[in-house]
Parts: sequence; C-alpha cells; structure tokens
Amino acid sequence: MAHDIPDRLPPAATVGVWSWIRANLLCPWYNALLSAGSLYLIWKAVVPFWNWAVVNASISLDPAVAKQHSGAAWGFLRDMWPVFMTGIYPAEERWRPLLALCLVLAMVGLSLLRPLRRATWLRAAWLATPLLVFAIIRGGGITGLPEVGTHYWGGLMLTILLAVVAMIAAFPISILLALGRTSNMPIARPFCVAYIELIRGVPLITILFMASVVLPLFLPSNMELDKLLRAMVGITMFFSAYLAENIRGGLQGLSRGQYEAADALGMSYWQKIRVVILPQALRIVIPPMVNNFIGILKDTSLVGIVGLVDLLQIAFATTSNPKWFGRLEEAYVFIAFWYWVLCFGLSSYSQHLERKIPSAGK
Amino acid sequence: MTDHSAPPRVPFWRSPTGRAWAFQAVMLGSFLWLAVSMYRNTLENLKTRGISSGFGFLHSEAGFRIGEVTGIPLPQGGFLYFLISLALGLALSRMLTRHMKARTNAPLNTKWFGLCLLLSIGIPAATLFLFRNSVEIAHYTESSSYVMALATGLANTLKVAVIGCVASTFLGLFIALGRLSPNWLLSSLCRWYVELNRNLPVLMQLFFWYFVVFQELPGVKQSIDLGGWLILNKRGLFLPALVPHQGAWLFCGAIVAALCGCWLVLRRAKQLRDDTGEAGKRLVPCLLLLIGLPGLAWLLGGTPFGLEFPVLKGFNYKGGTGLTPEFTALVVGLTVYVSAFNAEIIRSGIEAVSRGQREAARALAMNERQVMRIVILPQAMRVIVPPMTSEYLAIAKNSSLAVAIGYPEFVSVGGTILNQSGQAVEIVGIWMGVYLCISLCISFAMNVYNARIALVER
Repeated sequence: MAHDIPDRLPPAATVGVWSWIRANLLCPWYNALLSAGSLYLIWKAVVPFWNWAVVNASISLDPAVAKQHSGAAWGFLRDMWPVFMTGIYPAEERWRPLLALCLVLAMVGLSLLRPLRRATWLRAAWLATPLLVFAIIRGGGITGLPEVGTHYWGGLMLTILLAVVAMIAAFPISILLALGRTSNMPIARPFCVAYIELIRGVPLITILFMASVVLPLFLPSNMELDKLLRAMVGITMFFSAYLAENIRGGLQGLSRGQYEAADALGMSYWQKIRVVILPQALRIVIPPMVNNFIGILKDTSLVGIVGLVDLLQIAFATTSNPKWFGRLEEAYVFIAFWYWVLCFGLSSYSQHLERKIPSAGK
Repeated sequence: MTDHSAPPRVPFWRSPTGRAWAFQAVMLGSFLWLAVSMYRNTLENLKTRGISSGFGFLHSEAGFRIGEVTGIPLPQGGFLYFLISLALGLALSRMLTRHMKARTNAPLNTKWFGLCLLLSIGIPAATLFLFRNSVEIAHYTESSSYVMALATGLANTLKVAVIGCVASTFLGLFIALGRLSPNWLLSSLCRWYVELNRNLPVLMQLFFWYFVVFQELPGVKQSIDLGGWLILNKRGLFLPALVPHQGAWLFCGAIVAALCGCWLVLRRAKQLRDDTGEAGKRLVPCLLLLIGLPGLAWLLGGTPFGLEFPVLKGFNYKGGTGLTPEFTALVVGLTVYVSAFNAEIIRSGIEAVSRGQREAARALAMNERQVMRIVILPQAMRVIVPPMTSEYLAIAKNSSLAVAIGYPEFVSVGGTILNQSGQAVEIVGIWMGVYLCISLCISFAMNVYNARIALVER
C-alpha cells in the first residue's frame, strides 16, 4: 500500500534577524512563553536598578546634595575609594601601596613581552618582588620609611595580599603533600592522607578560629604571632590541602611510562620528580589551580570574622561613617564589582588556558 | 658459584628505600617533637591563664539565650526496647530472606516480601506504640547545660544543611535546564545568573540578603501578605503550620502503608513483565491504594491535620511557622550561591553524554522525554554525582558562616561557649570532630548512591 506523501510547506528561512528571532525566541509556542517570562524577569530586575543607579543617582561629593536624590549616592564612592582600596592604612602613606601595585603591574607587563619572558634577570626580579612589596608597604627597618604595622592593612589590598601569599605559600606544601599521598612510604602516606582529609572535612571558619584562638596557646608564652600572620597560616593550611588534591589529580593523570622512563634513565627520585613528573603534572592542573585561586580570593572574605578588615569588612566600616551613614547598597555594588571582576577575569583566564594548553598524554 | 648475579651492596643512605626510611624517620621525629612541645606549651599557657583542661565544663550551666531553638529528641526509658525490637525485626526478616533463598534459589516473591516488610516495620512500630514516651523532645533553655546548647546549635546547622541541599539541587536543575534551552533569552539569563553568583563570595551574598534585602522589607504593619499563606516582613518569613489532630497517627500510617503497597504492586508488575512479557496492572491499583487508604483513615479518624495561620498580635505575627530573618537569609543565600555551581555541574554532566547516544535513541523512535529519562540522565548522573557530593559538603561547611549574621548554629553557639569558658582547645576540637562526622556521613551516603549508578565494567 503506497501512502500519498502530503505536501509540505517550503522550509523556513534560516538567515536574517527576523528568522533568528523566530527560531531562537518564538518557535515553538512554549519558547515564546519562556521568552516573555525571561523578558519580564529582566525588566523587573533591570529597570529599578537602572533608575537607582543612573536616573535618580547623584555624583556629588556633598552628602546634603546626595540626600535630595532618591537613588545611589556615587559621591560616597568617589569620596571613600582610597579607604576601600587600603583600609585604615594611614592616608599620607597611601602612595606606598600604590607604588607596590605599580611595581607588580610593571613586572607583569615585562613578563608579557615575549623576548623578555625567559630572561634570567626577570625571574630573579620576580623572586625579589614579594620582599620588595612587603618592604614598601610595611616600611621600617632599612627602608627608612615610617613603619605601618600589619593591623593597619586592609581593604582590597589586604584581600589580594592574603590570597596571593596563601597561594604562594600553599604551593610547595601542597606539592609535598601530593607527593606524599601518592608515594608508598608507610609512615608519610597516612600522615598526608590524614592531614588532607582532616582539613578538607572542616569549614574554613574553624581553621581560622583555631589559628586565631588556639595557635597562640600552642606557642611558647613569650612568642607573639601577628594577627595577620595567624590568619595567613590558617588560610595557607586550608588551601594547601585543596591544592594538594588538585596536584594529586595531575600526578595520577600521567601515564606510568613517564615514571618508568625516568627510572630507566637512572634518575634519582627528586630528579625524576623535578625534571619529568612535575612539569607535566602541573601543566595538566593549571586550570583547576586557577579555580582554586578564585576560591581563595573569595574565601579571604572570611577573615573578617576573626577581626581583620578586608574588602568586605571595610564596606561595613565605611557605611557607619557619620558623613555617609547607611550607604550600604553603594558599598555593596562597589565591592561586588571588584570581586566579580577579579574572579570572572581569573575564570575566563583559566578557560583560555584550558583551550590553549594541550593536555599531556593525548 | 660466586655471586656475579647479586647486585653490588649499596650503603643504605644511597638506596631509595633507605632514604625513604630516613626521610620518614626525620618527619616522624620532627612531628613528635612539634606535638610534644605544643602539648607542653599549651599546658603551661593554660596554667598561667587559670583554665583547667578537659571536657568537664560541658556539664555546667550555659546561661545564655539562643535565639532559635530546635527541639532535640532525647531517648527515654523505653528507647532501649525500641532498639532491641528494631534489631529483632531486621534479624527476623533477614533470616526469612536467606531461608527462602536457600530453598527456592530465586528472589523473594511478593507474599514473602510483604511478610518481611511487616516484620521489620511492624515490630518496631508496635514497640514504639507501646512505649509511646520512649523519645522526648527537649528544648534548650538558659538553665540547660553546654552540651544541650551545642546539640541545639548542631540541630540548627543540620536543618539549614538539609534544606539547603534539597533546595539548591532543584534550583540548580532548573537553571541548568534553562541554560540548555534553545531559547537564547532564557539561556543567557541563566548564564548570567550563574556567572553573577559563583563569582561573588558567599559571605558577601549572605550579608547582602541579611543586611540589604531584609532591611528593605516593609515593617510588621505593612507586611507583604499573600492571602495569609506567606507573610514577609522585617521580622522574618511566616508560613502556616501543620498542626496534627487526633487522627494524624492513623493518617500518616495509612500513607506509609499505601506507599509500601504501591511499591509492592510495582515490583509485582515488573516481575510479571520480566516473566511473561505482559504489562501488569500498575496505575489503577496504585491510585486506589494512594487515595483509598488515606481516605479511609480520614473517615475513621477525622481530619488529620489542621492549618494554623500566623496572625498579627501586638507587635509581631504569632502562630504558624515563623522563620527568623537570620535563618531565611542563610538558607536563601546558601541556596542561591550553591545552585549556581550545581547548575554548572548538571549542565556539564548532560553535555558530557555524547551526541551519538541521543541520536541513537532518536533512531530507536524514542520521544524526547524517553530520551532524557532512559538514555541521557542515567549516563549524566555518573558525571554529576561526584562533584555534586562536594557541593553538598560545601553547603554543610558553609552553613558555619551563619556566625557572621547571628544565626545560632553550631559554630556560633560554640563561639559563645568559647568566649564564656575560655576552653578554646576543647571547643575547636569538638567543632572539627563534629564537622568531620557530618562530612563523612554525607560522603558515605553519596558514595553508596554513586556505587549504585556508576558504570559497571567487566
């Protein structure tokens, strides 16, 4: 029995704006409904924000003028942004963090120049940079600058400092932990496993509390640890465990042949690790490590709970300033912008790396 | 024969094993030295501060107020009998299963299975009915001990964690489906939801919900009121409460029995289909059970539950279920934050299933729903479950951020005790121990689930 094939309509156009809209937004009927719902949501969220942030906003530095507008008082941010950046760092010394920032940016700029990338002096300069930054910001000693104690550090500067120091300090620890966990040494392995699982099983807050309350008890009574240093110890302990698991993934991602080949060449353990294994393993785990770094950056906001004034806490502190009392929303938008730009930039970078780096063994 | 084949003797400090042992000895030695010196320092420091070590302080009176008290079920006299009967019921049904299996060498048929179910549920239920007071719900008061305070904090933590896990999973699923939608507007909206939420610190989001959103809400007199069902104001979120009446026991029992019955019917139908190829009747008996049994219980026992609506009395709403701003902000903040991560996990899991699978399923003339349910989701779950486990762990751990907005959960209560008693080492130890237990329980449960759905290879 032959069926008559019914006549069909000609295929719909697939080019042009209208056909794109029809294909992506209107067809079939439920897509039109979804589009309408999404438009409604966007409308409900964007219009009030637009009115608040642009239409009714004021940028005057005078709080009295800002009060006459119902929207955002961006003058508050114009007035306060150095405080957001450096916290309660003395105002007349704020050029020093700026100088340190310029130094780091200059180093990054130099490293981006292709001919300079492999220069030995640049690497040496990178090694010296953290010390130099520390010396510039803290002052005292041989620098001849007035000393600014760590309890005056704050704001975005502190957030970035904590994250970067934690990452740099956690890196060698986590490599050792990962190596210990993948080795077959009967004492070292359970030790590493216990450390990693213990730290990963508890919240960062309890580690920070431990660092700020219990760590002083463990030390000899004549030894005083700086509050910032204690927080750094806590965050470093925390992230070395997470980072170690990432690196372990990289170590396990290498084929056995790599290990065996290095052994066959008669390399010693550390030669094998340094020359053959780590360069490949670390290359595999760069994207997850960048994600880990984003995690550190976000989680440094927790140090506010143990009394450090990071970006999040400085937002609170500035809103209780009598001149601009209660401008919480503006402060939030500002710090949200910073966190978002930093984290989104890093995650885009990690995706870029993921596309660029060919993974080993493939 | 001289030993030409034997390798030359290497002094132990040059052999890899010897070095490994030396390294480990050094490590162990320095660890022991560190531990001993830390122990001695701690003892000395505690002595100079006049704090006695040990867990004895846990039994002294707490004396502080906890803003939100969750009842703690405490076992009473008859509880032991209940445990014994539970063990007895399980043991009996297990023995029965093994006996039947040995005799017929086949899985248990429906009749015997029902008997086992009856034994393992019925015996404990009967004991629970006989010793009705075997569990007492205790509520923390200011004169309770520190242990009770910690237990209340833990109960609050678990409440947040469970609600957060369930809510963030569903929200994440919706966002993921939205991102996969061919509708460009919807998928961009969901994409920006994810990008916005996962790149902002969770503590900041909690502060946002608590200090910005709840501050912007109207006061008690001008509450947002959806016909009395949902009332939202500065003081919190108020919902109607279910109040059990006389027949509630009977009604709940009927629902449980109906569910068990449905399960048996489905099993029976599946067995029938496997054996004979005929589809057994499923829908009608299940519907009959699900509607008939509870309906019967309703008729016999009267209305099982009543709704208690919150009403404005004086300065605040009374009655119903009142959720404090702290609790609501914490749950909403955690859910929104984690849902962004869950959405990405679910989306990548679904996208990880290769195109060929979908095309093959379509070639077999499956419709879209069947493709999703039978082909895509089971394979996606293998990719989804392990990272999802870490998100659940993250919720349990991040609930400790409640300390910043004043919701009395485990860390916050512990912090108050720490300030009052100065027992820092013990409190931090208890924190870590309890969180480790919670983490282990979650990962154990998820690993069991993962093992069930994982790809079984030869």
